[in-house]
Amino acid sequence: MSTTTTAPSAGTATQAAPSTGMRFTGWAANYIDERTSASTAVKTLGRKIFPDHWSFMLGEVALYSFIVILISGTFLTFFFDPSMTEVEYSGSYVPLQGIPMSVAYHTALDISFEIRGGLLMRQVHHWAALLFVASVALHMLRVFFTGAFRKPRELNWVIGFLLFVMAMALGFTGYSLPDDMLSGNGLRIIDGMIKGIPVVGAWISYLFFGDEFPGTQIIQRLYILHIMLLPAITIALIGVHMLLLIVNKHTQFAAPGRTNDNVVGAPVMPTFAAKAGGFFFIVFGFIVLIASLFTINPIWNYGPYDPSPVSAGTQPDWYIGWADGALRLMPPNLDWVIFGYTLPMGVLIPTVVMLVFLALIAVYPFLEAWVTGDKREHHIAERPRNAPVRTGIGAAAVVFYCGLWAAASSDLIATHFRVTLEGVIHTLQFITVVGPFIAYWITKRVCLALQRKDREMALHGFETGRIVRLPGGEYIEVHEQLDDYERWKLVAHDEYQPLMIRPDDNGRITVRQRVRAGLSRWFFEDRVAPVTQREIEAQKH
Amino acid sequence: MAITSPASPRRSGRRHPLATAALLIVGLLATGGAYALATSTATAETTAHTAEMVEEGGKLFAANCASCHGILADGTAAGPSLIGVGALAVDFQVGTGRMPMAASGPQAEVKPVQFSQEQIDAMGAWVAELAPGPAIPAERYFAGDGDVANGAELFRINCAMCHNVAGAGGALTEGKYAPGLANIDPIHVYGAMVTGPQNMPVFSDMNLTPEEKNDVISYLRYIDENPSVGGFDLGSLGPVSEGLFIWIFGLGGLVAVTVWLTAKSN
Amino acid sequence: MADIHDDRDEAVAPSTEVATVDDHSAAAPATAVVRADRIPNPGFPPHRPRVTDLDPKKEKQAERTISALFLLSIVGSVLAVVAYFAFPIDQANPGSVRLNNLFLGLGITLALLGVGIGAVHWSKALMHSHEEVEMRHPTRGSDESRTKAVEIFSQANKESGFTRRSLVRNTLIGAVAVTPIPAVVMFRDLAGDDDPVALLKQTMWDEGVRLCRDPSGTPIRAADVTIGSAFHVIPEGLAELEYHRIEEKAKAAVLLMRLPVDELNEDPAKADWSYDGIVAYSKICTHVGCPVALYEQQTHHLLCPCHQSQFDVANHCEVIFGPAARPLPQLPITVDDEGFLVARSDFRDPVGPTFWEINR
Repeated sequence: MSTTTTAPSAGTATQAAPSTGMRFTGWAANYIDERTSASTAVKTLGRKIFPDHWSFMLGEVALYSFIVILISGTFLTFFFDPSMTEVEYSGSYVPLQGIPMSVAYHTALDISFEIRGGLLMRQVHHWAALLFVASVALHMLRVFFTGAFRKPRELNWVIGFLLFVMAMALGFTGYSLPDDMLSGNGLRIIDGMIKGIPVVGAWISYLFFGDEFPGTQIIQRLYILHIMLLPAITIALIGVHMLLLIVNKHTQFAAPGRTNDNVVGAPVMPTFAAKAGGFFFIVFGFIVLIASLFTINPIWNYGPYDPSPVSAGTQPDWYIGWADGALRLMPPNLDWVIFGYTLPMGVLIPTVVMLVFLALIAVYPFLEAWVTGDKREHHIAERPRNAPVRTGIGAAAVVFYCGLWAAASSDLIATHFRVTLEGVIHTLQFITVVGPFIAYWITKRVCLALQRKDREMALHGFETGRIVRLPGGEYIEVHEQLDDYERWKLVAHDEYQPLMIRPDDNGRITVRQRVRAGLSRWFFEDRVAPVTQREIEAQKH
Repeated sequence: MAITSPASPRRSGRRHPLATAALLIVGLLATGGAYALATSTATAETTAHTAEMVEEGGKLFAANCASCHGILADGTAAGPSLIGVGALAVDFQVGTGRMPMAASGPQAEVKPVQFSQEQIDAMGAWVAELAPGPAIPAERYFAGDGDVANGAELFRINCAMCHNVAGAGGALTEGKYAPGLANIDPIHVYGAMVTGPQNMPVFSDMNLTPEEKNDVISYLRYIDENPSVGGFDLGSLGPVSEGLFIWIFGLGGLVAVTVWLTAKSN
Repeated sequence: MADIHDDRDEAVAPSTEVATVDDHSAAAPATAVVRADRIPNPGFPPHRPRVTDLDPKKEKQAERTISALFLLSIVGSVLAVVAYFAFPIDQANPGSVRLNNLFLGLGITLALLGVGIGAVHWSKALMHSHEEVEMRHPTRGSDESRTKAVEIFSQANKESGFTRRSLVRNTLIGAVAVTPIPAVVMFRDLAGDDDPVALLKQTMWDEGVRLCRDPSGTPIRAADVTIGSAFHVIPEGLAELEYHRIEEKAKAAVLLMRLPVDELNEDPAKADWSYDGIVAYSKICTHVGCPVALYEQQTHHLLCPCHQSQFDVANHCEVIFGPAARPLPQLPITVDDEGFLVARSDFRDPVGPTFWEINR
C-alpha cells in the first residue's frame, strides 16, 4: 500500500495483503483525506459516545421527519405551480370539472389525481410536517422536564426554540399553498389579525397580500418563503443545534457509574450510527405507511378558494390550533376606541398573550438560572420529580397550551360529546385561566410525594408483599433492601438551598435581591433531601 | 305543584304520544322490515292522495302528533303549526325518525323510524289536505344523476358552512348541530332543502331550482360512492382528527419504537 | 476519551463527582449543598451478556433474521416499482388513485422498514454491547486559549485602533446600522399606490345594484325569498368582473334572509333598510373575516364557523357570543320596479375585521 504510507494523516496502513475492494477503499480514503483532512473529523467524531434512553431519540424523530419533508417536498416542487392565475379545472376529479380555480390549486389537484405517487408524496409531506412539529414539541418538553436546558445548554435551548417557531412558520406557509377553500379561509384569518395591528395593520395587510385580500400574489410569496427562505434558515439552525450538541455532549440520566464528568453509552461508529441510521429508515417507513393508509388534507373536498363559502369545522393544522383557540376564547365586544382610532382587543389580547408565552419559553433557562443562582455545568438529566417547581411550571404551561389547543376544536368537541358550543367555550376559558394554577399545585405535590416515596424506597427498600407473623403475634410486611445500583438512581440528585439575602458592597439590600431571594425560596423550599450515607447506616443498625 | 305554570299542561300532554309511540314500536317490530321495503318503492306513487289515505292519516295524526301540534294541526306551545308544511315535511320528519320526538332537547334527533311508509304517506296526505304545501317531488328531482360539479359548487356555497364540505356535519349554537350527510335517502335530502326543518334555512325552488337540488343530491351521492382516494378519511373532520392521529398513533408509535430501540437486547 | 471495555474498572471515583460549588457570583452564595456523607456512586454494574454473546446458534439466527429483513426491503422496493406500473391511474376511475397510493406506499414502506429494522436489530443483537465511557471537560476554553484569545483581540485593537479612534468606530457602527434601511424602503412596492384604508371602506354595492345569487349571478325577486330562506348573495355584475372579482367578492358577499316581520326588532332609524322582513347583512365576520353563514332560521342567530361568534339577525346582527366586537354591517335594501331586490346604497359601516382607522 504505497499510497497510504506516503500520506502522513491517513492513519496506519494495513499490513496484510488487501483485497481489491479494500485497496480501492484505501485509495479513496486517502484521496479524500489528502484534500479534506477527513480523518481528523473521523478521529474526533467516530467514537463519540451517545447515551441511550428512549427520550433522547425524540430530537432524532424531528430531524428525520424534517429530512423526509425535504425529500417529499422536492418531489412536489417539480409538479406544483404557485401561480394564482385563474384557469378552468380540466382534470379527472369529476366534482370540480369546469370550475374556475387558481393554477396553484389545479396543479395541487393534478399532483393528487394525475401523477402516480403524487398523492402519496403529498400525504407523506403533510403527515411528516405534522409529525415534525409534534416531535419538536415533545423533544422540547423532554428537555424542559429533565432540566437539560441548564448550563451549558441554554443557548442550544434558544436555538431549539427558534426551530420550533420555524417549524410552525414552515407548516403554516405550506398549509396555505394549495389555495383551496380551507387554506384560503386560514389566510383570511391571518389577514384579519394583521389588520388588527394598531396604526399600520391595514397597510401591512395591503403590502403582504400585494393588493386587497386575497390579491394574486400571496401564494407565490408564501411559496418562496416555504421552499427557500424558511428551509434555509431551518437547516442552518439545525446545523448549529447539532454542532452545539457535539460540543456540549449529550446529557445522561443518573445511573451507576455515570457522573457529571463522563458520558456513558454507545460509540457513533458502529453501534450508534447503525441505530440512528436504521431509525431514520424506520421513521421514514412509518410516515410512508401512514400516508399510504390515511388521507390527509383532502383538498379536493374543499374546492377552490372563494371568499363566500366556508366549511363547518374550519380549523388550522394542529400546531396553529392554539392560536386559533386563543382567538375563540375571547369574550365579545372588546373593540376599544381611543381618539377615534380602534384597537380590536379581541384580536390583540390573544396575540400579545401568545407572544409573551413564546418569549417566556425562550428565556426560561435564563430566568431559572437567575433564580437558582446555579452556575455549574449540568450534564445529568434531572428526573422531573426532583425539581418539583420546574415540573409544576411545565405542567401549568402544558395545561395552558392544551386549553387553547382544545378551544380550536370547540365545535367538534360540542358535536362529539353532545354538549353546547357555548358550554365548551366557557369551560375552556376557565381551564386556560385557572387550570395552570391547579396543574402547578397538583404537579408539585405529586413530585414531592414521589420524592418521599423514593426516600422511603432508598431507606427501607421495597415492599415484597410477603406478610410475616412475628412470634409475638404481630404481622409485618417484609421489605427488601435495594442493592447499591438500584438505590443510586434514587439518591443521585443534588440537594439545594435557596439563595440567601446578603447586603451588597454598600451594605444595602436591594429590592432586586429580595425578589431574587424570594423566588429562590419558592423554587427550592419544599425539596426533599436525598438519603445520605449516615441515614442508611442508621437504618441498618 | 300548586302553581299552574304554563308548562305543566304541556308536560302532561307529552306523555301521551310517547306511550302511544312505545306501543307502536312494539307493533312495528312485529311487522318486521316493512319499512325497509316500503321506502324504495312507495315514494313515486305518493302524490296521489286517496280519501282513504287522508282518513287513515287523520287517525294516525290524532293518535301520535296531535298532543303537541294540536288536534287541528294548528300548533300548541309544545309544537309548531303544521298547516301548509306539506306532505314533504311529514315525509322528512317522520321518515327520518325525528318525529315523534322522544324528548325535548335542543333539536329533534334521528331515531329508528316508527311508522311504515304507508302510514307516513297517509299522515302526509292528511297534512297536505289542510293547506297546500311542498309535496313529494317527481323522482327525477332526487335521482342523483345530475351535474356533480354544479352540485358540489352549490353545496359549498349553500350547505358546507353547516354540514361541512365532506358532509361530516358540524356544530350550531346552544347544543344544536347540523347532522352528517353520509348515506342519507335522497328524498330526505330533498325534503330538508325544501322544507327547512328546525333551524335549517328553507331553500325554496326559487333559491335552488329542483334541478339544482338534484345536482346537490348527485354530489352527495358521489361522495357516498367514492371513498377518499387517500385512504381512510378519519371521519372527514379535517385538521383536528389529523392532529390527534399524528400525536396518538404517529408519535405514540414512534415512541414505542424508540423504547424498543434503546432497550437492552436479551 | 477513556474507553473502558471492562466495565467496572476506572469507574469514576466518588471523589470526582462532588459538585463544584458555585463561586462566580458574590450575590449568590452556594445553592448546591454537598454533604460529606453523600451516598457514593457505586460504579458500573456488572455487564450482562446477551443471548447472542453466549449462544453461537442465536447469533447465527440473528444474522439470518437481519439479512432476511434486508432482503425483504429489496422485495419492497421491487414491489413499489411493480405497483407503480401495475396500478396506473385511470382518469375515469377515482378508485385507481386510491389503489396506486396504497400499493406504491406499502411497497416503499416495506423497503424502508426492512432497512431500518434490520440495521437496528444488527446494532442491538450483534454489535459490541459494552457501554463505553468518554470524559467530559468544562465547556469553556482552557485558560491558555482564553489568554491567547484576549491577546489576539487586544493586538487587533492595537493594530486597528478600534477603541482609540472612536470617531472612526462610531461612524462605522452608524453606517452599518443604516445600510438595511434601503431594503426596508424597497418593500414599499409589494403593493400598489392605492390607500388601503379607503379601499377597505367601500364595496361594489351602490344605489340600485341588484342582489344576485351566488354563484350564478341571477337577480333575486323579493317574492322568491320565502320566510325562513337564506340566500347567498353577490352584487349584480360581480360574476362578470374580469379583474378583481375575488377581491370584490371578499368584501361584498352578503347573506339575505327573510324573517316574520313581527320577529324583527328594528331600530326605527333603520326601519327602511329591510323589505317586508327581508334583511341583508354582510357575510364577512367583523372578527377576522371568515364568512358568517350558519343561519338558524328559528332562533335567527348567525354563527361563524371559524371562531364561533354569534350574531342576532332579529336585532341588527348584534354580537351575542364569541370574540367579535361589531355587529355585521347591514346592507340597506329595497325593491325596484320589476320586483327585484336592490341595494339602497353601499354598506354604511365598513365590512370585515376591525382595523385602526375603521371609525375615522
